[in-house]
Amino acid sequence: MKKTFTMLAVAALTAAAAAPAMADLVVPNLSYRTGPFAAGGIPYADGFNDYFTLLNERDGGIGGEKVQVPECETAYNTEKGVECYEATKGTGALVYNPLSTGITYQLIPKVSADGIPLYTPGYGRTSAANGKVFEWVFNYPANYWDGASVAVKHLLEMNGGDLNGKKVALLYHNSAYGKEPIRTLQELAKKHGFTLAELPIDSPGQEQKSQWLQVRRDKPDYVLFWGWGVMNSVAIQEAANIRFPMENFIGIWWSGSENDVMPAGDGANGYKSLTMHGVGMDYPVYADLKKYVYDAGKASGAGDQEGSVIYSRGMYAAMVIAEAIRKAQEIHGTAAVNAKQVRDGFEQLEITEARMAELGLPNFGQPFAASCADHGGPGAAMIQQWDAAAKKWNLVTPFIAPDDEVLVPLVMEDSAAFAAENKITERCN
Amino acid sequence: MFYREAGEFKTSYVDDSQTFPIKFDRMRYYAVLVIGFGIIPFVINDYWANAVFVPFLIYAIAAIGLNILTGYCGQVSLGTGGFMAVGAYACYKLMTAFPGMPILVDVLLAGAVTAGVGVLFGLPSLRIKGFYLAVATLAAQFFLVWLFNKVPWFYNYSASGQITAPERTMFGIAVTGANTPAWAKYLFCAVVLFLLAWLARNLTRGTVGRKWMAIRDMDIAAEIIGVNPLTTKLSAFAVSSFFIGVAGALFFAVYLGAAEVGEAFGIQKSFLILFMVIIGGLGSLFGSFAGAAFLVLLPVLLKNVLVEGMGWPTDLAAHVELMIVGALIIVFLILEPHGLAQLWRVAKEKLRLWPFPH
Repeated sequence: MKKTFTMLAVAALTAAAAAPAMADLVVPNLSYRTGPFAAGGIPYADGFNDYFTLLNERDGGIGGEKVQVPECETAYNTEKGVECYEATKGTGALVYNPLSTGITYQLIPKVSADGIPLYTPGYGRTSAANGKVFEWVFNYPANYWDGASVAVKHLLEMNGGDLNGKKVALLYHNSAYGKEPIRTLQELAKKHGFTLAELPIDSPGQEQKSQWLQVRRDKPDYVLFWGWGVMNSVAIQEAANIRFPMENFIGIWWSGSENDVMPAGDGANGYKSLTMHGVGMDYPVYADLKKYVYDAGKASGAGDQEGSVIYSRGMYAAMVIAEAIRKAQEIHGTAAVNAKQVRDGFEQLEITEARMAELGLPNFGQPFAASCADHGGPGAAMIQQWDAAAKKWNLVTPFIAPDDEVLVPLVMEDSAAFAAENKITERCN
Repeated sequence: MFYREAGEFKTSYVDDSQTFPIKFDRMRYYAVLVIGFGIIPFVINDYWANAVFVPFLIYAIAAIGLNILTGYCGQVSLGTGGFMAVGAYACYKLMTAFPGMPILVDVLLAGAVTAGVGVLFGLPSLRIKGFYLAVATLAAQFFLVWLFNKVPWFYNYSASGQITAPERTMFGIAVTGANTPAWAKYLFCAVVLFLLAWLARNLTRGTVGRKWMAIRDMDIAAEIIGVNPLTTKLSAFAVSSFFIGVAGALFFAVYLGAAEVGEAFGIQKSFLILFMVIIGGLGSLFGSFAGAAFLVLLPVLLKNVLVEGMGWPTDLAAHVELMIVGALIIVFLILEPHGLAQLWRVAKEKLRLWPFPH
């Protein structure tokens, strides 16, 4: 029995390690459709897959090359994420987008050594915005420190530009993800004179009673929230339970999807979150998606996530990746680009409003242009607010630009520390 | 026929007390060493190293460590994940504080630090037993994870609380960091595992191990015949924690490269290693290897069979995988409560009688 088991194992593992068809463009989708974070992972993966299906069905791929999107389940777990990376990198993978800050931290040194770009829109290591140090990592259009700064700017707006003496609590997922904004918020607290209380919530975050008890006792004026997965809906429910004024409760863009607010019902009315792109299905691209993907029965997953906030974000990420591949094909004059060429595509990528409109996403995201030194984009974000009666997110502000005066030195400091640790010499000089 | 003592004449006590008294066993052992050190390093690639061999080797070290404490000395521990975290953070602090120090020394010192912490948390074992000790070690698990999250000194004040292993070389070849070749990762872990397994084997069949087993079997009787419970229990905690600390250091530095305490060394890690020990077989070194192999390989195997082989959606495969692994664990425990090691023992007994069974 032992022998046959071993032989079976060897056969199966070899089959997995060999397999790839090298001809197509391969964009692995390290997704998570199981575990406590599946509520966010499923729509994202669906949006990501559906956009590439659309390109394949409508345009025959990118520049005539079909795109393959092999999926690998990570369950938001870093060990499984590493296994997925190793299993797929030999297939000619062009870019990784793991949708997990923890996995991103694991992959940054690995992709740098293997020469594969890593695209982490709105998550991951913030200081990767400094392209001088992080050659292979891109996190435009916005990152966590931008998000923290935009949230504080919104608070300033609400208070006529003065936050002196106010109390702000940061409620965060006790992981790399949740800890990212702390440094920025501390700096901003110094600058604007508010006090910052840090309340960590251990993963997966189903149990938050004690943190909300603390909120009730300390009575902060505002609560900023860095949550993900099941933790979001629990927090919003708890906030509703203690009657915390919802318009003073602001989540990062990962804490603002329909799945997060629906369970709390009317109690969630007025909850705010950041968003770095438009929401809803009023974009021409959905007509094409419906025609080529949904109605053709090729939708990814259960096909019930279309147009949701996180679905839109997965689609947005796929769109940027597709544009970067197109750019790489343009630069290098070949349709069958490799990972190194795609990196050039990412670095010289420019998304203009005209291009977005052409792609069927007018006024969806902010235009940006990357460069050798700038892998971070403009970092602006909007605030959306939940209307429980209409079951709909409404945008309440236009794009708010972050406070670069505070952020740039922090990015430089953090990336310089990484460069020193890893003996990286700055590029682009 | 060929698997028996008959015909093997020993003329010295050294021969008589060797680890593998039967020639066939000895040959098998040498064959495993030849394959492990002579063949695998030359054929291994990144996928095999990172998905299969390196985690297997590291979990085997951790399982041996826990087996010493739980299987040999009878002290139940649910703090394995926390102790692995101590090893990982100690290794990280040593690597960053003394960049010139050889990585092997870092790893072993990390083990020593963990041994100290283990002794500290082992002190309650002198008063409390069984379930109560399990709860006390569970407290250690949560306390240690909380500590590494709370005190920024441990992660060198990094913005995200992550620790990242800098590149360290051995004989000019990278062993940690992203530029490590697959074979170097594998070989480094394999050598450490070999040395530690050899140590464990010789400890458990000597005086120290016999004292542990005496305490496990009946502590009062052991005390009456002159086994000091204080030194015995604490030595079990120290040795066990040393192994687990080394495993944690390797897990962070060689395997993951970057880690976050809550996720990499949480309570589920403690349970995983406890399951390895239980499924493999309590009080058996072979069992530690078998249990680690079972729980590391099976999910990877199932994933590949279901997703790559049969083309199932990844979420369905992930759910079915959990169900199959869970069901297999239950089936194993019902059919063979003493673990895989007992199956192996029974097989050997049969082999001894073959081809003339009763």
